[in-house]
Amino acid sequence: MCVCVCVCARARMCTLHSSLSHMQCVGEENWVDSRTIYIGHKEPPPGTEAYIPQRFPDNRIVSSKYTFWNFIPKNLFEQFRRVANFYFLIIFLVQLIIDTPTSPVTSGLPLFFVITVTAIKQGYEDWLRHKADNAVNQCPVHVVQHGKVVRKQSRKLRVGDVVLVKENETFPCDLILLSSSRDDGTCYVTTASLDGESSHKTYYAVQDTKAYNREEEVDSIQATIECEQPQPDLYKFVGRINIYMNNEPVARPLGSENLLLRGATLKNTEYIYAVAIYTGMETKMALNYQSKSQKRSAVEKSMNAYLVVYLCILISKAFINTVLKYVWQADPNRDEPWYNERTEAERQRHIVIRAFTDFLAFMVLFNYIIPVSMYVTVEMQKFLGSYFIMWDDEMFDEELGEHAVVNTSDLNEELGQVEYVFTDKTGTLTENNMEFIECCVDGHVYVPHAICNGQVMPGADSMDMIDSSPGPGARESEELFFRALCLCHTVQVKEEETVDGIKQGIHQGKATSFYISSSPDEVALVEGMKRLGFTYLRLKDSHMEILNREDEIERFELLEVLTFDSVRRRMSVIVRDTTGELYLFCKGADSSIFPRVISGKVDQVRARVEHNAVEGLRTLCVAYRQLSPEQYQEVCHLLSGAKLALQDRDKKLAEAYDLIEKDLILLGATAVEDRLQEKAADTIESLHKAGMKVWVLTGDKMETAAATCYASKLFRRSTQILELTTKRLEEQSLHDVLFDLSRTVLRQHGGMTRDNLSGLSGDYNDYGLIIDGATLSAVLKPTQEDSNSGNYKEIFLEICRNCSAVLCCRMAPLQKAQIVKLIKASKEHPITLAIGDGANDVSMILEAHVGIGIMGKEGRQAARNSDYAIPKFKHLKKMLLVHGHYYYIRISELVQYFFYKNVCFIFPQFLYQFFCGFSQQPLYDTAYLTLYNISFTSLPILLYSLMEQHINMDILKKDPSLYRDIAKNCLLRWPIFIYWTFLGVYDAIVMFFGAYFLFDNTTFTSNGQMFGNWTFGTLVFTVLVFTVTFKLALDTHYWTWINHFVIWGSLIFFVVFSLLWGGIIWPFLNYQRMYYVFMQMLSSGPAWLSIILLITASLLPDVVKKVLWRSLWPTTTERIQVCTSADIHVHLMYRHSCIHYLGTRAHFSNSTSLELCHHNSGAQM
Amino acid sequence: MMASSYNAKDEDGHITVSGPGGGTLKNKKPDNTAFKQQRLPAWQPILTAGTVLPAFFIIGLIFIPIGIGLYVTSNNIKELEIDYTGVDMSSPCFNCSQNFSWNSTRPCTCTIPFYLEQAFESNVFMYYGLSNFYQNHRRYVKSRDDSQLNGDIEALLNPSKECEPYARNENKPIAPCGAIANSMFNDTLELFYIDPNGTKIQIPLMKKGIAWWTDKHVKFRNPGGNNPNLTAVFQGTTKPVNWRKPVYELDTDSENNGFINEDFIVWMRTAALPTFRKLYRIIQKKNSMIPTLPRGNYTLEVVYNYPVGSFEGRKRMILSTISWMGGKNPFLGIAYITVGSICFFLGVVLLIIHHKYGNRNNSADITN
Repeated sequence: MCVCVCVCARARMCTLHSSLSHMQCVGEENWVDSRTIYIGHKEPPPGTEAYIPQRFPDNRIVSSKYTFWNFIPKNLFEQFRRVANFYFLIIFLVQLIIDTPTSPVTSGLPLFFVITVTAIKQGYEDWLRHKADNAVNQCPVHVVQHGKVVRKQSRKLRVGDVVLVKENETFPCDLILLSSSRDDGTCYVTTASLDGESSHKTYYAVQDTKAYNREEEVDSIQATIECEQPQPDLYKFVGRINIYMNNEPVARPLGSENLLLRGATLKNTEYIYAVAIYTGMETKMALNYQSKSQKRSAVEKSMNAYLVVYLCILISKAFINTVLKYVWQADPNRDEPWYNERTEAERQRHIVIRAFTDFLAFMVLFNYIIPVSMYVTVEMQKFLGSYFIMWDDEMFDEELGEHAVVNTSDLNEELGQVEYVFTDKTGTLTENNMEFIECCVDGHVYVPHAICNGQVMPGADSMDMIDSSPGPGARESEELFFRALCLCHTVQVKEEETVDGIKQGIHQGKATSFYISSSPDEVALVEGMKRLGFTYLRLKDSHMEILNREDEIERFELLEVLTFDSVRRRMSVIVRDTTGELYLFCKGADSSIFPRVISGKVDQVRARVEHNAVEGLRTLCVAYRQLSPEQYQEVCHLLSGAKLALQDRDKKLAEAYDLIEKDLILLGATAVEDRLQEKAADTIESLHKAGMKVWVLTGDKMETAAATCYASKLFRRSTQILELTTKRLEEQSLHDVLFDLSRTVLRQHGGMTRDNLSGLSGDYNDYGLIIDGATLSAVLKPTQEDSNSGNYKEIFLEICRNCSAVLCCRMAPLQKAQIVKLIKASKEHPITLAIGDGANDVSMILEAHVGIGIMGKEGRQAARNSDYAIPKFKHLKKMLLVHGHYYYIRISELVQYFFYKNVCFIFPQFLYQFFCGFSQQPLYDTAYLTLYNISFTSLPILLYSLMEQHINMDILKKDPSLYRDIAKNCLLRWPIFIYWTFLGVYDAIVMFFGAYFLFDNTTFTSNGQMFGNWTFGTLVFTVLVFTVTFKLALDTHYWTWINHFVIWGSLIFFVVFSLLWGGIIWPFLNYQRMYYVFMQMLSSGPAWLSIILLITASLLPDVVKKVLWRSLWPTTTERIQVCTSADIHVHLMYRHSCIHYLGTRAHFSNSTSLELCHHNSGAQM
Repeated sequence: MMASSYNAKDEDGHITVSGPGGGTLKNKKPDNTAFKQQRLPAWQPILTAGTVLPAFFIIGLIFIPIGIGLYVTSNNIKELEIDYTGVDMSSPCFNCSQNFSWNSTRPCTCTIPFYLEQAFESNVFMYYGLSNFYQNHRRYVKSRDDSQLNGDIEALLNPSKECEPYARNENKPIAPCGAIANSMFNDTLELFYIDPNGTKIQIPLMKKGIAWWTDKHVKFRNPGGNNPNLTAVFQGTTKPVNWRKPVYELDTDSENNGFINEDFIVWMRTAALPTFRKLYRIIQKKNSMIPTLPRGNYTLEVVYNYPVGSFEGRKRMILSTISWMGGKNPFLGIAYITVGSICFFLGVVLLIIHHKYGNRNNSADITN
């Protein structure tokens, strides 16, 4: 606690710390939550409240982690924080300290290699960051000092400086806009580099300072700004400016509309003056670039589990050997025969110390069983492998000009393991390309094709329609409706980039201007209104201009905008028309409008809205309220009160909005169509076939969402829909509904649960669940009084598990994440994937195991926060079915193979201890020990793990069910791991005892000379290198020239190296034990014969196992392999037979998916 | 700007990747090369019963004859092994083995008679064998100084510390240092043929050509270059503790003296296993008509110097002929025959399986 207080005292420090400590600070002492800034560093007039001077950082951006001086220590420290590196460091140190069998080089060199490679990579990245930082920090900025504009380096900028920014310049820090070259005090800004939104946003100067738009005038402003401490949310800002005019402070609210963010660019505005409030690392941009939490893949978890097993094996091996050593040595003539005495110093050492040293020495001898190079190889594989995603031509979108982006390569293989897909609807399944379809005013339906009058839709007979020529009253409300839509929005008009900029545009012709908004719905609505005769022209001097049907310009003064938020689900504007009448126009989702309506043709509109929703259209309701001047005063009071609040401003604003938006009169409704994305249905179908459960999470209303789900084949005709909605809950209690549903689901599944588990029976009992946000929170809400409530979650999960598709509508962004979390935490711990395009999907993208962002129209937040970003939803198919599948196969082989080859490598050493008096004598020469993992056997597996394609990618795409073959981390299960380990042990035994019997008390040269222990080791090692390489060759299904090159190249390298290593008396070595050993060995015929024999014998069981499994229990994958190799045309036939075959198998045998998987994977080994 | 292209920050050293595109670059259409699209032309072999079957039969057909050949060759090799340790009371060397002391000046000699039932036709190789002698013990293996053995004067006078505790004696460097050299085998073995008429003919034993050529000529070198006066060269050093005579008196022949003494070189190549044999002498065939060692009575005369009793070791003398595949070792032949047979057998099994299940699979295709 004390520490925290100290931290709080240094508010600057506090904010630099993680958000956690920040929040603690806030909770404790409120005063540090805000900062006070003197504009232009001018002291306020005396008498103002005292404040604690704070120190702010300068405007230096430091994105680099290291400096030139601390690179080596800091980087080393960071690297050794990893368990594996630390382990090897310990081994290395042990080797340095005690007398160990192998020289410290054997573990030091690989470790050095690993550390160096990583350090170089990180150093290079950091150098790039330094370069970028310097470029940014040294770029010139214009600062107003004493009424003059001075050039400064960006990094010297301080909080409180008044900065001049010119058009197309980037803001050097976070600024509060004081004045601009425009008279109305606005400026246009693009935040493309921040969040990817290329639209121009309007920012507003502080009303009282907007007139000061010359340097000397700006310098005369005397004001202080109080604002919150920096926080990373780009769209939130609260502050207050106190302007001292004639020493009388005037307080004005500051919001995010006044805040210009670092990284954004000034557009269409000649220049602006603004004051710096957050600088350097405290800018919102810098706060946003802090690293996200790491996601780890299932493969990595398996890998770590294996590591633990191997560590246990290692320790037990060392322990067993130590014990045996002392048992064996109990006889002093064995311990110290006359020919082999200890030194005096060794003799005097205490037995316990001796035993402990021996134990450590054994550890060192066997430490290679935990492969040091595996981590490097895995990382290289992931890093290099991810390029294939980016390079993929089929995932390139011509329209957007974007290819897939990999933000973290750590999760490549997780793409092949996905069981649940959570997708957003708008912009993900659908194009988010809105088209205005119709509007309905008081029951009249208008389609935009009709030029001026209401036209009855042919399909709308069922509605209670009024005749097609509405009376004058109706006409009035119709025009009011159109005006409402023209006014109630936040659309901007953007002119084409013309030579003279802003002056041209609208007056020249409508073709050159278009609408921009963060919400595509609004653009569609405004454009629809244009087609119905009301054209929104622009916002000028707080006046909105509308061109009405008679080509007259109507001007409305825009008084207030009650902006849209996803909780309220509506927005409002308050305008004053030329006659002075005050109107509040409100537009929003039907559910948020209807309860606030007091009059209007509610029933007719509601009927139409529901009709449209079923058609899959997005509907909005429009209502208005006329305000009397008194009411307006009250509204103003409410709003300004809320806006000026420094704390909880959002909450207070929401309360104010709630009070204002009431007693509305319903005008009508609109319908906008959002078309499905190209191939969305095909993709969803493929995902279904691949055994994934697809959930659609949307904020949309149920009917619309359901229609989209039908269109995208998420629900099929045959799907039985289960509803868990508020509507149903009105009739029954949650408890009953849940039990009802679960009974339905379980009854149907009843005795067949086992088959269902196998995941192959997709044809029958197809359930779809629809749940809405309110019900969901009721299900998840832990209530104390009901002891059963804990079970609700379980029942709900049980129902979900039996549904192939789930639709969650009316979801708040956080609920999306909640759902993902719920599924993640359920007892099977399935792998989840979330895909979305908007800011509201970020939470679930971050929550899911794999987060995929779509580079959509609603900005780039989703893509930025995702692990992978793709241009279109359809690319998900290739991403999962092809890339995910490949990566999984590749990495699982990589992991298993690595452990296998090191068992083969080390187990003979273990066996050798039984024949050398447990003296820790290494079997292989130091060079072999060192280079085995880093050069003789590293490249083939790396290239395998980059190139392998066990099945052609076209087939993978065509046949999604192949994805099931690798489900549930199938290739890294314990049985398979044990198989590989036993294979390694078997190979090691064959190699060791093969050599043993060959050497057993006889010679195998034709000149009668004898070979020594190094020849013995070299023989084993030669067999070893060839065996493990050939084993990989047997596993390779896709032999490109690269594979040939590295596999045969590695073997040739081994031979050449051995010839060289033994061919010269190396002057820098203090031993020459390998001299001519390899050549002598090769000069003997039996050595050749035994090498061939031992390699054959080592590989034999694996080959037999593969062939047997393939013939007896083939997986779908294997059948297709056979087909494609035989004849590609037979493929389809084969496929059917496979599925049929597997299906029947699942029925008749009692095998569960687990067992099936076991076979599948067994054959993969 | 501080763009998204370097958000590759990692907390625990994990490498994270940010794409080269960074997400903001437009019109970066990926290259349509076969490599980048993972469409390199490739050979896609699959291990099926069909492809593996012929391989198994071929392996079987090749391995079995090789195995038979090896086995027959091994069986044709003649080998005679005599254990002369003298553990038994009845053994001629019993006395020598019991009355052993390092500093006895009078050598103990014992004579072992034996009968050769089959004549040894070609060159005969004479080995000594030791059992339960851990030449591959780590402390032992590293207890040598290769620089010293390579004729390095510096190392001659300052032996490596690896040689401890056999590096120095009475403040003089030991040459050659180390446990291996110190424990060099020093029994002398001589072979006599007893003529049918009772005369004892000594069989000439060749002591050259028993060490690797590269060891003798490159790896081991006497210090002082070609100085024939080894006594002077080794001035200032002392003999290993257990040796009777210094290294420069191992042989009278200057080509076989000092570090390049072949008996010494042979001993210095540490054996892989605790039971081992080392080449001692070669009996060259002189006349193509007469066998090298005809059938009959022989005696082996041993100057018994080397104690093995303390660690329950055994000493053997082995006479063996050599074929192209070396000494008598049925292992390789048997292993070849076994592996070949297994392959053949598996081939048959797979054939059956292939017929049975392969057909079933095929028929399933057709019906569909």
